[in-house]
Amino acid sequence: MKTALLERETAPAVAPRGPRRGGARGRLLTVLLLGPVAAIALWAAFPLLEQGHWIALGVLAAATAGLFYLYLSPRHVPAKYLVPGTLFLLIFQLFPVLYTASTAFTNFSDGHRGDKRDAVVAIQTASVTRVPGSAEYVLTVATTGDPATGPLSFLVTDPATGRVSAGTAGGLRTLPPGEVTVNPAGRVTAAAGYTVLTGGQAAARGREITGLVVPTAGGAIRSQGLTRAYEGRAGRAYDEGCDCIREAATGKTWTADDGRGAFIAADGERLAQGWRVGVGLANFTRLITDPAISGPFARTLIWNLIFALASTGGTFVLGLGCALALHSPRMRGRALYRTLLVLPYAMPSFAMLLVWRDMFNTDFGLINNLSGLGVDWFGGATSARIAVILVQLWLGYPYMFLVATGALQAIPAELSEASKLDGAGPWQSLRRVTLPLLLVALTPLLISSFAFNFNNFNAIYLTTDGAPFAADNPANGATDLLITYTYRLAFGGSGAQYGFAAAVSVFIFVIVAVISVVSFRRTRRQEEVYS
Amino acid sequence: MRTKAIAAIALIALAAGCSSSGGDKPGPGSSAPAAGGKLVIWGDDKRAAALKPFAERFGQENGVTVEVQAISKDQQTTFVTASQQGSGPDVMVGAHDWIGNLVQNGAVDPVQLTAAQQEGIAPNALKAVTFNGQVYGVPYATENLALIRNTKLAPDAPATVEDLVATGRKLRSQKKASEILCLQVGQNGDAYHLYPFFTSAGGYLFGRTAAGDYDPKDLGVGKPASIAAFEKIRKLGEKGDGALKRSITVENSIATFTAGKCAYLVSGPWAVTDVKKAKMAYDVSPVPGFAGGKPAQPFLGVQTFYVAAKGKNKALAQEFVTNYVTAPELAVALYEAEPRPPALTAAFDQVKGTDPDLAKFVDAGKNAVPLPAVPEMATIWDPFGKAESAVIGGADPKTALSAAAKTISSQIK
Repeated sequence: MKTALLERETAPAVAPRGPRRGGARGRLLTVLLLGPVAAIALWAAFPLLEQGHWIALGVLAAATAGLFYLYLSPRHVPAKYLVPGTLFLLIFQLFPVLYTASTAFTNFSDGHRGDKRDAVVAIQTASVTRVPGSAEYVLTVATTGDPATGPLSFLVTDPATGRVSAGTAGGLRTLPPGEVTVNPAGRVTAAAGYTVLTGGQAAARGREITGLVVPTAGGAIRSQGLTRAYEGRAGRAYDEGCDCIREAATGKTWTADDGRGAFIAADGERLAQGWRVGVGLANFTRLITDPAISGPFARTLIWNLIFALASTGGTFVLGLGCALALHSPRMRGRALYRTLLVLPYAMPSFAMLLVWRDMFNTDFGLINNLSGLGVDWFGGATSARIAVILVQLWLGYPYMFLVATGALQAIPAELSEASKLDGAGPWQSLRRVTLPLLLVALTPLLISSFAFNFNNFNAIYLTTDGAPFAADNPANGATDLLITYTYRLAFGGSGAQYGFAAAVSVFIFVIVAVISVVSFRRTRRQEEVYS
Repeated sequence: MRTKAIAAIALIALAAGCSSSGGDKPGPGSSAPAAGGKLVIWGDDKRAAALKPFAERFGQENGVTVEVQAISKDQQTTFVTASQQGSGPDVMVGAHDWIGNLVQNGAVDPVQLTAAQQEGIAPNALKAVTFNGQVYGVPYATENLALIRNTKLAPDAPATVEDLVATGRKLRSQKKASEILCLQVGQNGDAYHLYPFFTSAGGYLFGRTAAGDYDPKDLGVGKPASIAAFEKIRKLGEKGDGALKRSITVENSIATFTAGKCAYLVSGPWAVTDVKKAKMAYDVSPVPGFAGGKPAQPFLGVQTFYVAAKGKNKALAQEFVTNYVTAPELAVALYEAEPRPPALTAAFDQVKGTDPDLAKFVDAGKNAVPLPAVPEMATIWDPFGKAESAVIGGADPKTALSAAAKTISSQIK
């Protein structure tokens, strides 16, 4: 604050000296804002450089240079104002949308997250088993050179015989007992020609230790931590020749299927570790053709529309009613009422939804206990639907009340007075004068409220979670919205299916976009009529 | 011209300042290891707190820095996603039934335990972490359901479900309790809590292969044995005895019991803390089975330390998990953070003297079956729960279970 004041005082003295607009303050601001830009660019550049993402690096450099040019040159004034917003739009809106859309064409899901190399590594690692009857070696990591950089050796002690061997990638050789000192736990404390690594030295070279494989007749000795080693054998290995995984013991092969991103055997058996591949329109095809999904789709869509309309319309009517009542100057204690009305809006809806769910409990819920009704609220389709809409009303009307109050105050009082003089009753005045003017201001809000409620995941997930479910259909409940229904399909079953979920998102996006575009078109026409 | 030069210099100075101040610690992309290496452990909030002192000791002994980070929500998904992006931990603490999913995502490595280490672990816990013939983690605690009863209302442990219902009904008619049994069902069912009754009535989820592993190809949900089991469940439901009700949920089951509204609660070791807080007289016994039925088998859950496959320092992680976690002190500390029976026999023997409930929970879990770790199990929970809820509400078991079976098998790839 202080510096800002100082600047304001000094600014006029400096400004006349510089010929350009903005003066020192503007320049200072430019520098202060471009500094972080440079810092962020530098911060982002190093990881990109290290991992060799050249295209991304080029984009980063071009974007940074562009920003610097734009704000250091006196020209392109409109662009100076437009660029930040556009940039944020790209990063926070367009990028997620494009990423979602691109994911929709892949099989990205549990078991298909990484690339093929990851899958092969996972399969091979998971198949390494201890050679039956082999020794449980005690491991000491040593080197023949410098502890930090010298070539590593495994000094392994067989606890049964006390014999110590030295292992490298070249193989295993037994050390003469006179050359090594072994402590009671079996660990080597000194060996001729070797430097024993301390715990910290060994830990620092953990990656090399894990990577060191000492070949033996029966398999290979690998480390298990820093103090133990075992002789293991990989049961399955990748064979580049046939692009398949071969099991050593049985000779069975699983051939890579790059269309499905999995290794599949001739008998149809599929290895669990797969990889991510493009699947074209398969996710969309499944959405449309799978009878389990498309069957209840129409019913869910209709209820979803009713839910969104009832939530939006109900809260609007209730909120507007309250706003009109409190708009009248004859009303006393308006401030108090307004504060009370806004309360539900001030509470976190997340917690409120859970509270409402418990209030609707058949035996222990507040609603049944107070009213003595004994209704199984979430047990019947109609009562469950009424219940969730009631909850939505309670949660949503304060918002509508707030915006309607604001819009009402913006309508000149002369208009309603004029209509009164012309002989209009209060109802007619509301319907013919106030409401049309209100709607011009509020329709965009109503549309966005509709779009929000259309995808109001929490409102259902935290209350009924789709209940009640018919006994013959555990996948689709009476209060399920498209978003909760597809969430269950994509994440409730066999792990997370991001590709499929993305396809569903694209689909819902299209539905909401169409409804919104149509509504906005109509609003524009309406505006033309009234303005 | 001059102002431009000044601006440029200021910029360079600023940028240099930023980069030099960040130069002390390596950025996210740089791979230069710190002096002795670093071990990152992820666990949930409670366990992370209990782990900290031990992790620090391990760090001092090995000359490394150890970081324990608490992941409070969606631990499994967070772990798998972070692993995939290379920002995951070296060691993960979590439930054993994640194994199937973790393995198919290549997120964990098998561990090689010595024969002596394996003998030190409770056999059913070791079996739970064994998947496709490999041991995938080191168990440190087990948990299973038991019947907790209010000894003031019900002095004797019921031998059968029928006994339990008879006592409960009597208490209800005497107005001493309003519910027969507190077993959480909820609007959409709860397969985990129903499982002891389901097995006792003869139902099953998956068949077993010759080797004793779960066989996803033999789905038991829609089979006649399971339908017959649900007939018995239905008789306990809202249209029958009213012992099982959808209004008893995960949120209110323990509270209803501690308020004295029901004499029996089916829950796990985690409920004991609340029960003790209510200062009520209670006892723990195995969940009873139906008269003349099979034994009631609860699920066995095993809390496990995993070695992350994509960790930055696997050797250190293996050292921690296979050689440090297998010592009893850590298991005792974790028991003190949350009272679940330790899976290490040595640790269990240490604490059982001070906590009589532990042995009772272990006894209740004597014939518990490990939660299936096959990824296909994920497809069971939701549809099975819905069927349970429908049947408890009075629906026809055959319709409900056939529909559940259809949904499940359509999701098993």
